[in-house]
Amino acid sequence: MDVLTLEGLASLLSTLRSQGFTLIGPTLRDGAIVLDELSSSDDLPRGWREEQAPGAYSLEKRSDDALFGYVVSQHSWKRFLYPPRTCLFKATKSGKAFEVQPSNGASHAPYAFIGVRSCDLHAMGLLDKVFRNGEYPDPGYVERRANAFIVAVQCTEPAGTCFCSSMNTGPRATGGFDIALTELVDGGDHLFLAEGGTERGRLLLASLSARPAGPDDVRKAEGLFEKAGRTFSRQMPPGDKSPLVGEYFDHGRWDDIAKRCLSCANCTMVCPTCFCSTVEETTDLTGTRAERWRRWDSCFTTDFSRVAGGNIRMSTRTRYRQWITHKLVHWVDQFGEPGCVGCGRCITWCPAHIDITAEAAAFIEPTIISTNTQGG
Amino acid sequence: MNNVVAPVPHGVTDPMLSHPVLIRRIIWENDDTFTLTLDMGDWAGPFKFLPGQFNMVYVFGVGEAAISISSDPHKTGLLDHTIHRVGTVTTSLAQKKRGDVIGLRGPYGSSWPIDAAKGKDVCIISGGIGLAPLRPVVYTLARQRDLYKRIIVLYGGRSPLDLLYRVELEKWANENNIETLVTVDRGDTSWKGHIGVVTGLFNYIKLDARETVAYVCGPEIMMKYTVDELERRGVPSDHVFLSMERNLKCAVGFCGHCQFGPTFICKEGPVYPLPKIRPLMERKEL
Amino acid sequence: MHTEDLTTTLQQHPFLAGFSEEHMKTLLGCASNVRFMENATIFREGEIANTFYLVRSGRVALEIDFPGRGAMRIQTVGPGEVLGWSWLISPYRWHFTAVAAVETRAIALDGECLRNKCESDSGFGYDVLLRLAQVMESRLEATRLQLLDMYGLITSEVRK
Repeated sequence: MDVLTLEGLASLLSTLRSQGFTLIGPTLRDGAIVLDELSSSDDLPRGWREEQAPGAYSLEKRSDDALFGYVVSQHSWKRFLYPPRTCLFKATKSGKAFEVQPSNGASHAPYAFIGVRSCDLHAMGLLDKVFRNGEYPDPGYVERRANAFIVAVQCTEPAGTCFCSSMNTGPRATGGFDIALTELVDGGDHLFLAEGGTERGRLLLASLSARPAGPDDVRKAEGLFEKAGRTFSRQMPPGDKSPLVGEYFDHGRWDDIAKRCLSCANCTMVCPTCFCSTVEETTDLTGTRAERWRRWDSCFTTDFSRVAGGNIRMSTRTRYRQWITHKLVHWVDQFGEPGCVGCGRCITWCPAHIDITAEAAAFIEPTIISTNTQGG
Repeated sequence: MNNVVAPVPHGVTDPMLSHPVLIRRIIWENDDTFTLTLDMGDWAGPFKFLPGQFNMVYVFGVGEAAISISSDPHKTGLLDHTIHRVGTVTTSLAQKKRGDVIGLRGPYGSSWPIDAAKGKDVCIISGGIGLAPLRPVVYTLARQRDLYKRIIVLYGGRSPLDLLYRVELEKWANENNIETLVTVDRGDTSWKGHIGVVTGLFNYIKLDARETVAYVCGPEIMMKYTVDELERRGVPSDHVFLSMERNLKCAVGFCGHCQFGPTFICKEGPVYPLPKIRPLMERKEL
Repeated sequence: MHTEDLTTTLQQHPFLAGFSEEHMKTLLGCASNVRFMENATIFREGEIANTFYLVRSGRVALEIDFPGRGAMRIQTVGPGEVLGWSWLISPYRWHFTAVAAVETRAIALDGECLRNKCESDSGFGYDVLLRLAQVMESRLEATRLQLLDMYGLITSEVRK
């Protein structure tokens, strides 16, 4: 463990830049924290804190100058590893024949992700299961993921909608990063405890000539972690969620949710693990050039489950059910663990204030369950 | 015909690229169903498929559709796809002519477990276009007829003119010792065959239930009733296999559209043993 | 046809599976063997219904006349199945035409004879009616599925 000063952090970022990485990190824009390209540590939002609640987000000024005093906003790292729009291939027609040029995996400068939270580290691991570890890896994802340098930041102040501790995905990051920083802002001192998580992370830290961490620094950090662990205001109820697809599959509670859910798909857009996509064909006006594009899709769209003759999931009720049961139950069948990392984004960004933890609890905690057991 | 494919980094082959193939022949089976025979060219050698698998068929400038392969797995120089004209891509395919070029990628999906049928009676039950992914099974069984006991094909269609592969159905009955019973929902006086639902045909064949392996494919409701009937007659449920359909967009497990409860139809399906999906079939709007 | 042969034929027909020996004797009195050539009309829509057929071999097509389209065949009855129960229900008239699609052999049971025996022996009547009810139920289920037109996708119903 080393200790970096503000200059040390600036140096860390500029070293990465000089090594050819494109820095992506939190920036302040339009009243929210937005992931964007950084030119230096000066671009990081200084002295801001987030207030997050179901359907509500705002930034408030902190009493200190912390650079990472917020948690996660509507952006997740998903949009860099698995871009919202990707050209899969370009095709050119000549006579009756056509040629295909692959386009997914086109190289660009590798990314260095600055400020990745533990929940988002886990989310990347989950996306790996979809795009990297299956029978047909996605070439673009594999390349971007392999090249990405990850500088994680330990969460010491969970937000109002966070519930990573109940999903065992945080608040403390224990792996999956090249470097992990813990910000210590204490009176006049502004330091970062830095831990190397990989060989290249350790090498980079060594090159910054930072001083080694002393027991005081570590103690301060531990104090923050301990406090963080006590701060969570919500949790995913523990226990087996499979009744949601079993005995409660046609429960009246789904109708309650359907009355509130707008099927707006915000939750799927902000979720760091939602991976559904659709594929589209575009042509130019001459009809001799076509492109095949993949773009993010959402199971909340009406046509998501279309088969010849109609849509299988015809109502908001069944589409919400599909989303939550895929996230909490079927992900386990498909990939071995739940697809939810407890980041709280779906709760914050839902205009109808629907809370995934509350809905899960409504089904599996018997005291809360509605007495209406009629099927929809 | 050139297919220039640039190398992809990290040695990962791009699963979304389509290979151009030539349309050799088009047969209209009925008013809205046609079979394309595709010349695989120099892809014929490396391309191998198992009965029940499907390809993603690509129309330049329009898009892709998942279509089961309905030809003989032994003959990969020419591939058949029987297509129901029902959406943008399939309508575009319906307008293609001999000599036109379309794209293919595949094969994808699970296949009918033909090994499970060795030494047993095989009952193939299909309705409408459901016979298409089962035709490769019949070819495979007929090729080694002695390995199987009875082979029964039960097939239902809307009307006599809607039936697929009419000539072959007769050929199977006459030349391959395959009991073939065909029924339609309605017909005119020139139709001398059965009229009624395909499950009604079970009345005319005495199934040796415990010795029977069943492959079922057709509209989901038809498969539901068929499965009930097979159960009623004592066919063990792990001897019954179905081919399920959902919205297949990528065929490689990314897009999430084909999910049927916990399973991706493009990965674990489309062919499933009944015990795996029976509980899922009971759930409405899954 | 010898009575013993007819008894055996009756005993072998699936419709009468489990029928008691005593009731079989009652039935025998109404039974005779019949054979229809291919394309023979067995009965016509509107005619008086007075026979209950147990089909042994071949196939009978049920037709309804569709003005403008001719006769449409909406059902076939095959070996082991039964044809017609209008003899049981007033006004005892056929609701469709029955034609032998191929050469067909059946046991014909006289309708009036059956009705009288059902009335005088309620145990016998119950046995016959119970079996008929089962046939009607399975016929209804099949008809419902045929009604769904599950193989046909009507283009106007397909949403793009």
